[in-house]
Formats: sequence, structure tokens, C-alpha cells
Amino acid sequence: MGALNQLVIGASIGAVLLLAALGLTFTFGQMGVINMAHGEFIMAGAYTAYVLQPLAGGQAVLAALPVAFVVAGLLGLVLERVLIRRFYGRPLDTLLLTFGVSLILQQLARDIFGAPNVQVRAPGWLTGGVDLGGLRIPYNRIFILVLAVGCVVGISWYLARLKQGRRMRAVMQNRQLAAVSGVATERVDQLTFFVGSGLAGLAGVALTLIGPVGPTLGSAYIVDAFLVVVAGGLGQLRGAVIAAFTLGVLNSFVEFWTANGASFAKVVVFAVVIGFLQVRPQGMFVLRSRALS
Amino acid sequence: MAPAGLAVSAVLLLVVAPLVLSPFRLDLLAKYLCYAIVAVGIALAWGRGGMLTLGQGVFFGLGGYAMGMHLKLAEAGPGKLPDFMSWSGVESLPLLWKPFANPVFTLVMVVLLPVVVAVLLGSLVFRQRVRGAYFAVLSQALAAAFVILLVGQQGLTGGTNGLTNIQHFFGLDLYDDADRRLLYLIVALVLGLAYLGVRQLAASRYGQLLVAIRDGEDRVRFLGYDPALVKTVAFAVSAALAGVAGALFVPVVGLLTPANLGVVASLELLIGVAIGGRYSLAGAVGGALLFNYAKTVFSEELPDSWLYVQGALFVVVMVWAPRGIAGLAGQLRDRWARRGPLRPVSYPAGADRPQEVST
Repeated sequence: MGALNQLVIGASIGAVLLLAALGLTFTFGQMGVINMAHGEFIMAGAYTAYVLQPLAGGQAVLAALPVAFVVAGLLGLVLERVLIRRFYGRPLDTLLLTFGVSLILQQLARDIFGAPNVQVRAPGWLTGGVDLGGLRIPYNRIFILVLAVGCVVGISWYLARLKQGRRMRAVMQNRQLAAVSGVATERVDQLTFFVGSGLAGLAGVALTLIGPVGPTLGSAYIVDAFLVVVAGGLGQLRGAVIAAFTLGVLNSFVEFWTANGASFAKVVVFAVVIGFLQVRPQGMFVLRSRALS
Repeated sequence: MAPAGLAVSAVLLLVVAPLVLSPFRLDLLAKYLCYAIVAVGIALAWGRGGMLTLGQGVFFGLGGYAMGMHLKLAEAGPGKLPDFMSWSGVESLPLLWKPFANPVFTLVMVVLLPVVVAVLLGSLVFRQRVRGAYFAVLSQALAAAFVILLVGQQGLTGGTNGLTNIQHFFGLDLYDDADRRLLYLIVALVLGLAYLGVRQLAASRYGQLLVAIRDGEDRVRFLGYDPALVKTVAFAVSAALAGVAGALFVPVVGLLTPANLGVVASLELLIGVAIGGRYSLAGAVGGALLFNYAKTVFSEELPDSWLYVQGALFVVVMVWAPRGIAGLAGQLRDRWARRGPLRPVSYPAGADRPQEVST
């Protein structure tokens, strides 16, 4: 029973990780941009729900989903247009650049909303949970899981069926070839950044269901989200899904098995990722390429 | 740095500063010098080796905690427990702490612990040709995991509070101004040695190989060298310097907490180097001093705007001066030579910057 319980907790950690990492895997995978401000886009999504609360009341979370997607997406688009555009080909420099942006956004949030955490009320229909033979699964965890699955389904549909999605895959697989085939790579980059950052906004809304909202909300998740991307493989949807749930479940089981486990869980997860990279240095799934590096 | 510049800096740091500065300011300078020692290592690993290490705080912490454990034990006296252990209900000295009562063992560990962790991580990661952004992300994850581990082991590490209330350092009374000045001189001398040593290393054949690997790792491999080995050595040297700096930081500041070595602290170690100029050792040292001085000034005067300033510094340096202050002259010269504004070239993203091939 205990193990099953940990599995549920793990799946729910995995769902949060997946939501946080989904956008990253595309901005990192397609553009080679390490966006440290992604965590602050998550925070922006969470605060969007908070701002909508007076208007939408108990349904703020639902109302916030589309709004947060657009808010975070636009933030990402501005960041891409104003700064990141100058940095393609310098991935390590974008990391420091976007870290600077994330510091500014954090302080901005502190100045606008105040340093103390704020609370977003969950809708009434999300309180409580289902009982499965002594195992209790809270509705809000189910909601996050459904949201994560919905995002994955939406993105795979986008990538497979829409022409924008196909162009995105083309640029990800071979930028030069896509460019000479008439794909406007700059436009694709902008759209990718918008969608990737928008997904961070959704993740932020989901996080309001499991805890308070504060200026450093996003930075708590960003490191783990990057680990998911590295383990899953750049730009790989399947990889991100498997890696997120594996790391989530691993995390919850280590916490369960070891005394004082929370402090060891991250170390174990880190060691497992390093170990995994010994077998598959480029992550779970890799775009096949004849290029040397 | 030219010999004249070196001599002037040495006189400024070793003679002028102790005479002119008040004890309070001299303490602050000693703290900045500790960060500058880390900066020398970062300039080697990042500037010369192209390894963006976001986990220097881990090595700083390993050295610092090793020293801190020894000092806490010396403080408590033989057979007694450090103060925080009794607060958290620990009754006998943990096994991990016992050997740190020995000063020689401690000094060895200050260097050895960071080196072992760096060699382990470096050889595992570099041998698999995991590099660039992947390595940066992994080193950052290491820093995050390390801090959570430290905070969680309350009885062993002092948890969030860390090791505090350190009053003596190998016979020096840390509340005595004259002794503190001596401590400052020790830090300054270690920085000088670190600077000269790394400069020698960077000028050697090994240093040239390191730069070659940064600029074209595969080509160097085809020439028959082992890039993983070369990079691991540079990473280990930078880790050792961070460890020594951490060990000096503890007596200088009198405490060490997990906040001094987390993800954000590690990035702060880096930004000084970026501001000063990652390709120049002297630039890295100057940048670290300048950045930490600015941090003190802003925290005193305008604490709320410091994060804005810090964030803006990252952005400004990366956009307009990627080579830092030390590289500004060269950057202007390049721009002049090109006659016209520097236009960003769209390189294929995801790939490293294409190597220029002279034909």
C-alpha cells in the first residue's frame, strides 16, 4: 500500500516536472537557448491566477489557464525579440543573460505583489479526492496530471498535424536545410519561444493548486526541469515525459525509503541522471544526425 | 598582467590596504579576496577551458565545511561537542567529524575533497563528451542537491544556520584586530600564489592545449590528445582553488551557511568573472573584487534595488561586453577593424559557434 501511495505522489511530482520542462525542451532543443528565466515565466503564470482571483473568484484557476499561457508566452516573445535573438550560437552566454533577466523579474514580482507569499483559492470542485481502497488521491493532483497529459497530447497534435508544428520540427532537425527549403526560421523561432514560454505559464497555474505563490516559486523548479530535459534528450517529447515521471517517482520513493529522505532524494536523482548519461550521453532519445557535434 | 602591474597590485594589497583601511573594511576586502581566489579558478575552467561551471559553490562549501568542522572542534575542546550539535540533540561526535580534529588532515581535506568530487564528476561527464550547456546544467544541479543535503542533515552540518560563531583560527584570535590583519595578509598571499600558479599553468603547453580544446574539441581529439583528461585537470584545479577559498572564508567571515554556496551563490561567483573578463586572469580577479564591492555598497544603501542592478549587470555584460572589462579594448579594436557596427550573425542554433577556417 505504501509503495502504491508513493507511486501516486511520484506521478504527481512527475506531472509538475513535466509541465515545467515541456516548454524548456523546445526552447533548449530547437534554439539551443538555456532559458533560466523560464522559472520566472512559471511564476508569472501563477501570479496571473492570483490577479484574476477577484474577477473570477473560485474559478480563477480555470480562467487563468488561457490567460497565463498568453501572458507568459508574450513575456517569452519579448525576451526572444529583444535579447535572445542576439545570442544564437552562444548557448552558454544565454544562460547568464537569462539568469540576469530572471533576477530582474523576481524583484519586479516582489515590488508589485510584495515579498510574502500569496494564496490562490482552488475551485470548490477540486477539494477532496477519490478513495481507491484506502488510497486517497486528491482531486487537485488529478487535475495537474490531466493538465500535463492534455499539454502533451496538444503538443504532439501541434507537432504532427499543424503546418507550424511541422516547420518547428524541420527547424529543430536541420536548421540550414529548413531555411533553404523556404521555412522562415526566425518566425518559427519566435513561435517556438511563445509556445514554450506559454507552457511555463500553464505550469505556474497548476502550481497554485499545490502551494502558495511567491517571487521565487519558479526558481525552485528550474533546476529539476533542466535535469528532465537533459535526461530526456533535447526537443524530445517522449523523452521529457518518461524522464519527468521517472525522476518524479524516483524522488518520492527515495524520500519514502530513507530516513530524513527529502535531503537525499535530490542527490540520488542527480547520481541517477549522471549514471544514465554514461549509457546515453545525449539523453534518452536523440535526433539522428551525421554531424560530429 | 605585466610585472609592473603585478608589483603595484601586490603593494596595494599587502602594504597600502592594511595601513589605510579600517578593520571593518579590511575584513570586507579579505572576504572579496576569497571570492577572487575562486574567480582565478573559474577563469581557468571557463575562460580557458570553456567549461561553464555553475557549481563552484559546492567546492567552496566542501573546503569551507572541512575547515569549519575543524575550527568548531578546536573551539569546543577535546571530548566536547560543537554548540549546534547539542542544540539538535546529537549526543556523541559523529564518525564523519572525528578525523577533522586533526589539523593536518583538515588541511589535506580542504584541497582533496573538492578535487575528488571534481575529478569524479569531470571524468564521468567529460569522457562521455557531455559538454557545453549540458555540463552547465549538471553542475548547477549538483549545487542544488548539495545545499539540500546540507540543510537536511541538521545534526551533522548545522542545517540552514550552517557553522557559526567561529572565534579562533590556528591560534589567531578572530576578535583581535592585529590577528585579523594577519589573517587578511594570509588570504592576500594565497590569492597571489593562486594567481601566479594559474598564470604559469595557462602559459604552459598544457594551457595552450586547454584553449585548443575549448575552441575545437574534436580537432584536438583527432590529433591524438585526450580532451576529457585535460578538461578534468583544469576543472579539478578550479575546484581546489574554490576549496581553499572556502576554507579561508570561514575564519574571515566567522560562519558558513548553505546560502553561501547554493545555486545563486555559485552564479554570483561567476558574474564577477564575466564582468572583469573571463579570458583574462587579472580581469577575473578585478571583476570579482568589483562585483562584491558593489554588492556591499548596494546592500548598505539601496538593498531593494540590488537584484535589479545585479540582473542588469548580467544582461549588459553579456550583450555589450561578452569579453568583460578586460576585453573591452580588444572588442573596440575588432569593431574598428571591421569598420561598421557589429552585426549579430545567425549561426545555426544548438550547434557551437562555427569555427573560423582560414583559407
